[in-house]
Amino acid sequence: MNRFIAFVKKEFFHILRDRRTLLILFGLPLAQVLLFGFALTNEIKNAKIAILDNDKSQHSQQITNKLLASGYFQLQENLRSNHDIERAFRKGNIKLAVVFPTGFTANYEHGRSTQIQLLADASEQNTAISLTNYATAIIRDYTAERNPNAQPPLTIDVRSRMVFNPELKGAFVFVPGVMAMVLLLVSALMTSVTIARERETGTLEVLMVSPLTQGQILLGKVVPYLLLSFVNGCIIIALGVFVLHVPLNGSLLLLLSETLLFIFLALSIGIFISSLVDTQLVAMFASLMAMLLPTIFLSGFIFPIESMPKPLQIISNIIPAKYFISIVKGIMIKGAGLQYLWQPTAVLIGMSLFFMGLSLRNLKTRLS
Amino acid sequence: MDAIIIENVSKAYGEIPAVSDVSLSVRPGELFGLIGPDGAGKTTLFKILVTLLLPDKGRATVAGHDVVKDYKALRQLVGYMPGRFSLYPDLSVEENLAFFATVFGTTIKENYHLIQEIYSQLEPFKDRRAGQLSGGMKQKLALCCALIHKPEVLFLDEPTTGVDAVSRKEFWDMLRKLNERGLTTLVSTPYMDEASRCDRIAFMQTGKILAVDQPVAITRRFKKRLYGVRAADTYQLIHDLRLASFTESCYAFGEFLHLTVKSNEVTEQQIGRFLREKNHRNIEIHAIQPGIEDTFMALMTQPEPAA
Repeated sequence: MNRFIAFVKKEFFHILRDRRTLLILFGLPLAQVLLFGFALTNEIKNAKIAILDNDKSQHSQQITNKLLASGYFQLQENLRSNHDIERAFRKGNIKLAVVFPTGFTANYEHGRSTQIQLLADASEQNTAISLTNYATAIIRDYTAERNPNAQPPLTIDVRSRMVFNPELKGAFVFVPGVMAMVLLLVSALMTSVTIARERETGTLEVLMVSPLTQGQILLGKVVPYLLLSFVNGCIIIALGVFVLHVPLNGSLLLLLSETLLFIFLALSIGIFISSLVDTQLVAMFASLMAMLLPTIFLSGFIFPIESMPKPLQIISNIIPAKYFISIVKGIMIKGAGLQYLWQPTAVLIGMSLFFMGLSLRNLKTRLS
Repeated sequence: MDAIIIENVSKAYGEIPAVSDVSLSVRPGELFGLIGPDGAGKTTLFKILVTLLLPDKGRATVAGHDVVKDYKALRQLVGYMPGRFSLYPDLSVEENLAFFATVFGTTIKENYHLIQEIYSQLEPFKDRRAGQLSGGMKQKLALCCALIHKPEVLFLDEPTTGVDAVSRKEFWDMLRKLNERGLTTLVSTPYMDEASRCDRIAFMQTGKILAVDQPVAITRRFKKRLYGVRAADTYQLIHDLRLASFTESCYAFGEFLHLTVKSNEVTEQQIGRFLREKNHRNIEIHAIQPGIEDTFMALMTQPEPAA
């Protein structure tokens, strides 16, 4: 036991004395969460728009005010003719143009059908779709407020409600994703690199010719990173909840347990990688290629799995982060308990056992 | 019983043989040197003996334990210092030593007497990171780490490679002192001049043992006549001598060339005459006693080992 404690102590020395390791360990999660939370958001705020008001009436004024008061839009310029619209789009300084036709108010007041034209710059298609949706919703809202009882005949009124995330906040998606990514990266990358480093410096040889068993060596490598990764996980959760205002509707205990499970899985993968490679560099590349890229692209973190081609959807089933992200979302946002999350949890447990088993099988008491 | 017994051990990496059919035994308390150039198979043999590699053929025992079957017990008993620096460069001198002591279930205090002489030189730097030590200091620390658990047999794989001449001498003085306390030591080196400091040596070349004997005795195997030759133009001299009909071999050893002749009838006068014909000046020729390196060179070029 003394041996084991000495080994763990040594590992902590390695980690705490290497600035690069420390930076990756604690700088990375912070940077990722803040970056994804604030910079890389797909919410739209203060989009610049232009208004062409050919009517210049009470209603067109009020709708314009309502649009600008929403916080989504910011008036860039008032246009005077249809020609100006094209010019403004070409300049690229507006994302959306709102056109009120002449006679807008007159038609509206007399209960006749009336129109507003929305033109969006679709060179950024997602922004264009969001902006027209926002604007449509605001305008519809305006008419509903004006005549709450008027049900236009033969109109199907579609009312959608965004459940769990009514404001469609990006942080709800990014925080679980970043958590999966950072934990995988830190745990798997770090463990695989540190074992490869011992192999490179030749210290592994000396350790092997010692009473330490391979199991003790591996466990000694895992324990410090398990602890540090867990601290990391807590930091990310805290940042998500307190800074990015992601709700924590479910059980914190369950969330932390699932986080530990995921860290354990990442560490198993790290050990597995290290049992296959000889140098730190290869270990690093293997970890990045095998873990980071699939996690970003195939876990549903950035691109929805449902819209992927079938083969990629199938591959996404072996990406551990996919399950972890759905668990974190389930607990934090939906407030789901284990009875709803046992399936992905079981998959994570299964994967951990699989990789641990493989690594233990690859364990060598000798070189080569 | 001998401390190390190697019987017909062979090991190949894929198709390439590293150690072929080596048999060797080291007596308890011996300081035994394994001498040979890089790639002779010394390191492979070491790794087999310290249980890091499995031999393809043959068997070996260290301190009475089979290196394959009893590897667990053996790992408590051997001290191993691999060829390259294998300590933690980011740990301090003291932390390295304490770590290895704990790993082997002991403490620095308990076995301090074993390393006192060596470690006392390192103590002023005990808080320095091991990576910042000089080459000689690193080796001393590595030796301390290999000794701290009181091993029965010590394996040092090229401990002096890359270490300056003064530190090398110091290192061998230390080995000698350890040996006087009865520690069986197997040490490998590519430096012939270190061979004379061992009790017995084995020449190793391309995976085979060429000869095993005491350093002095081994030079007696050199049966041919050996001359030291010097002249003004060393480069031309070696060229001419290698082409001479009486020459068996000719190697440069510092300022003299060591010339082995084919027949013992070849005299200094004959060689002198040959060189004067070739217009060499300041010629100096005299018969010399073969050294270990001469013997090794001779054995190396022989088709059949003399052992």
